[in-house]
Amino acid sequence: MTQVTMTVNGKAASGDVEGRTLLAQFLREDQGLTGTHIGCDTSQCGACVVHVNGEAVKACTMFAVEANGATVETIEGQANADGSLNVIQQAFQDHHGLQCGFCTPGMVMSAAALLKENPKPSEAEVRHYLDGNICRCTGYHNIVKAIMAASGQDVSAIAAE
Amino acid sequence: MPKDGGIGASSKRREDVRFLTGNGNYTDDINMRGQAYVHFLRSDIAHGTLTSVDTSAAAAMPGVIQIFTGDDFAEIGGMPCGWQVTDKHGEAMQEPKHPVLAHGKVRHVGEPIAAVVADTLEQARDAAEAIEVEIAELPAVVNMKDAVKDGAPKVHDDLTSNLCYDWGFVEENKAAVDGAFEKAAHVTTLELVNNRLVANPMEPRVAIGDYNRSDGEHTLYTTSQNPHVIRLLMGAFVLGIPEHKLRVVSPDVGGGFGTKIFHYQEEAFCTFAAKAINRPVKWTSTRSEAFMSDAHGRDHVTKIQMALDADNNFTALRTDTYANMGAYLSTFAPSVPTWLHGTLMAGNYKTPLIYVNVKAVFTNTVPVDAYRGAGRPEATFQLERLVDKCAHELGVDPIALRRQNFITEFPYATPVAVEYDTGDYVATMDKLEEMSDIAGFEARRKESEAKGKLRGFGVNCYIEACGIAPSNLVGQLGARAGLYESATVRVNATGGLVVMTGSHSHGQGHETSFAQVVAEMIGIDENMIEIVHGDTSKVPMGMGTYGSRSIAVGGSAMVRATEKIIAKAKKIASHLLEASEGDIELKDGAFSVAGTDKSVAWGDVTLAAYVPHNYPLDDIEPGLEETAFYDPSNFTYPSGAYACEVELDPETGVVTIERFSAADDFGNIINPMIVTGQVHGGLAQGIGQALLENCAYDEDGQLLSASYMDYAMPRASDLPFYDVDHSCQTPCTHNPLGVKGCGEAGAIGSPPAVVNAVLDAMRSGGSKVEHIDMPVTPSRVWAAMNG
Amino acid sequence: MYNFDVEQPTTLADAVQALSRDEAQPLSGGQTLIPTLKARLAAPSVLVSLSGIDEMKGVCSDDAGRVCIGAATTHATVAREVADLYPALAGLAARIGDPAVRNRGTIGGSVANNDPSACYPAAVLASGATVVTNKREIAADDYFQGMFETALKEGEIVTEVKFPVPEAAHYEKILQPASRFPLVAVFVAKFPDGVRVAVTGASNNGVFRWSDAEAALGGDFSAQAVADLKIDSADMISDLHGTAEYRAHLVGVMTKRAVAAIA
Repeated sequence: MTQVTMTVNGKAASGDVEGRTLLAQFLREDQGLTGTHIGCDTSQCGACVVHVNGEAVKACTMFAVEANGATVETIEGQANADGSLNVIQQAFQDHHGLQCGFCTPGMVMSAAALLKENPKPSEAEVRHYLDGNICRCTGYHNIVKAIMAASGQDVSAIAAE
Repeated sequence: MPKDGGIGASSKRREDVRFLTGNGNYTDDINMRGQAYVHFLRSDIAHGTLTSVDTSAAAAMPGVIQIFTGDDFAEIGGMPCGWQVTDKHGEAMQEPKHPVLAHGKVRHVGEPIAAVVADTLEQARDAAEAIEVEIAELPAVVNMKDAVKDGAPKVHDDLTSNLCYDWGFVEENKAAVDGAFEKAAHVTTLELVNNRLVANPMEPRVAIGDYNRSDGEHTLYTTSQNPHVIRLLMGAFVLGIPEHKLRVVSPDVGGGFGTKIFHYQEEAFCTFAAKAINRPVKWTSTRSEAFMSDAHGRDHVTKIQMALDADNNFTALRTDTYANMGAYLSTFAPSVPTWLHGTLMAGNYKTPLIYVNVKAVFTNTVPVDAYRGAGRPEATFQLERLVDKCAHELGVDPIALRRQNFITEFPYATPVAVEYDTGDYVATMDKLEEMSDIAGFEARRKESEAKGKLRGFGVNCYIEACGIAPSNLVGQLGARAGLYESATVRVNATGGLVVMTGSHSHGQGHETSFAQVVAEMIGIDENMIEIVHGDTSKVPMGMGTYGSRSIAVGGSAMVRATEKIIAKAKKIASHLLEASEGDIELKDGAFSVAGTDKSVAWGDVTLAAYVPHNYPLDDIEPGLEETAFYDPSNFTYPSGAYACEVELDPETGVVTIERFSAADDFGNIINPMIVTGQVHGGLAQGIGQALLENCAYDEDGQLLSASYMDYAMPRASDLPFYDVDHSCQTPCTHNPLGVKGCGEAGAIGSPPAVVNAVLDAMRSGGSKVEHIDMPVTPSRVWAAMNG
Repeated sequence: MYNFDVEQPTTLADAVQALSRDEAQPLSGGQTLIPTLKARLAAPSVLVSLSGIDEMKGVCSDDAGRVCIGAATTHATVAREVADLYPALAGLAARIGDPAVRNRGTIGGSVANNDPSACYPAAVLASGATVVTNKREIAADDYFQGMFETALKEGEIVTEVKFPVPEAAHYEKILQPASRFPLVAVFVAKFPDGVRVAVTGASNNGVFRWSDAEAALGGDFSAQAVADLKIDSADMISDLHGTAEYRAHLVGVMTKRAVAAIA
């Protein structure tokens, strides 16, 4: 076992892990941060996307020891300080960008990474950026719309309620 | 103006807040004190005799608590099948035993052979590798037509053949149908495959068994769409646990799409093992396990024929379908290719004579059962591809041919035993033509051609039977369950309500839309209403969510219970207002006496019910809680017309969806935002089936598409923005909300439009192709255009 | 996963030392290795992480004008930092997998693994790059030796890849829709002394150079020059996603399109 220490959502987090312990397992099982989900075993679905040192990564495809000393952000740390939904989260609710909610944490974390890199993405850029996030419920329409809305773009011309 | 609450409002979903902040409570998020983990050793051979399972070395490995094999379950009931189909000779289907753990033989890749329970999951996996399994391999049957040939290897030695049933519907019509074909001016024939799919909800299945020695109660936490059904099936038929000693909880469930309806071995195992080892036992499926253990969907091979008269009227339809059951009968498998498929073969058309034959076949593959649409996508695909082929052969416009044959008068009794109550297929087609800008298509085609691409346009109609289902009818058809729904409405003293519904939400947003209905009925704020579901200890009874039934059946039960609440509340109000009960009106959350300014607030009445100081105790009991069971008198019949426009790269065969329009008639709508979202999701799954998804086996029964590396899940970049409309509304006539259901429409209605569009594009490039099977991959398109 | 230790050296020398342990295996970005470990298809006793070794990271140009990329440099970094130096290579890196994979996956990991459908090997081979290890420098033409096979010996790790920069280059790919790896992809690089064409995703033998196309383009660098060129489908991969004949056809189409993009 190796002791790891990292900053998770602004707080120190440490624990003893095996070499094979994935970052996603450390977050879910050691830290009780079960918002990071595991939907596949081939690093494709993206339900586990978190930010490590500011970059989006798949927490199921990184060992906890590799995040030792890192700054980690998860879905649990995304809301505003007063507990209200942040701009991206609020856009997902406003535009019905989620149904079962299982892929949602990864989608929100990917969206946050996208908007940091590209503050006004086009539809095609949003769709392309989500290549590593699979949603089975929404058909992506409202996810794409929500992310574009969160970037401050007018989405009223995009069909739907 | 959009409403800001109640029925018809696009209320924001209240469940979103917990999902968006990582506070959902999915089954895998639950960890029990002292829990052990189970790993299932699964067969990597499709068919063989299990000659030996030696667990002795494995049992001695670190952390191992106990290892179970088929012998441990030999005396226990098999996994039950909930529907018995009667074949065309009046005989019951062949129904093999489906053991919890393989016994005697293995019959598909992925079948569990042994279960290792250990302190940690990795210890269980380590020990599973030390189990010595000997399997004498037998030839596998994979192809359905081969499986029913004389001399084919038998999946089940104790059955007479691999034929589960040979179903004729309506058998009495067969001679008349054949006669009509003899007299036909034109006959169109089409042979096609409806590709096998894997439902793939993003949350893999999870089961946690727990046993309380002090009161003898078992608890199963499971990712199910219908926890009460699991309680009944597992308690009564597998483990022999009475329902009052068995609690089943399905908390937040991350999508279902049908595959989480069924009762699975892992659920029974964890429940059983928790008592056996006196510790909670947890199983979490990996995605790779899901591919070989979740029930698959579709997998039909069909020959369909249409007879037309000289004026292009449809005069008769007949079909021959082989439907894959897989190695065992999953919970509702036999009903899918029969009662959910044959009864829909009339589609939107007044074809007077129809005969449907379905041969259900056992193969050495994962069991096949309902997946979003379940039988209805298969019916729609073959019929709507056939109608397009008719039009092509006759040289007539495919939309005109459809319009000419539309059913236009309702109610309409089809020749396949159902009666459509309402619909307006002309209106949805009119709407579709407007949405899809057919007039502009030729210009768009020219733009594509200028880029070296081909462009195609395809349409289809669909009809579905939802709101499943009248219990007395399905009982006659072989269902071993009733298909009502229940709801209990509990009003608290301070005026808030808790609705306990047997419907289960796993993405559909019931917590929001169900509350809208009750809020509308009473005239109070939606936030005063809490929707509780997914726990057999909280909800009295439930048949769950599938078949687009929740709002039509579960919602109706809730309406009935709420009506009872309102009736009793009016009695209390009449006492408080010292007025006649018949004069009491409920509006905007207040009771008033008609024609006066006397009124009493909702909260005053609810308080009186629980603090009955000034209360008609001689007349009525205190308290305000009512339960209703609602059993529908008919199915509901959502319908619609869909159009797809594709661009095809003739050099690579790559097809992209450029436009997709959907005009649906769902009857009345509770929350338009949620309904639109349901259609979007269905469309993505239908387009996925048409272009991307394919669950494939090789001839030895090895699963070729066993992970997301080979099973193509639709991504955002594979799909367009959709144009969705549900302004055509012919309300259902037989449920109190006038609703029809919307969950499956997109998946049912989209595949034929996509394929019709691709064929149109291919033909515009000079191809003579008549049909192409799904998924329409670039490789297949290229081969068809260059073959 | 079987259990293993993870060593996290900060120098190349320490990494080489750590890799001398029994059943030791290097861990780069892990985007292929970790799924393999999850499936229990590998059983290392120790994984030696290369991601903490600063001397193996980063992009620079050498005196010969080559773009030199440290093996532990992520795809995302290459996409950003090579954009001006070698746009076709940056474009390739920017389209590997998905953003999260690009933030972890490294060029060294990709080149060392030599997946027959990986993107980087096509660029390395078409560019005539040099694969640098802790022991030697290996020309791309000698480095790739078949599906998952390379010239690397036990304990040898890729430390850097040096890319000569062509006059013009383009990478054209068609995706396998499930894995999002290339179904077929072609990297065309035009140098003053000739054209190199490398194909990935297509062959049972892994990445390869299409010499007929190189010869045709050497004389006439135009899409027309390769428009009618056919490649034998005998060694092509045939699977759920495409037949061998289809892949052979795509090699021609992707080559033609790559040339058309820069000719």
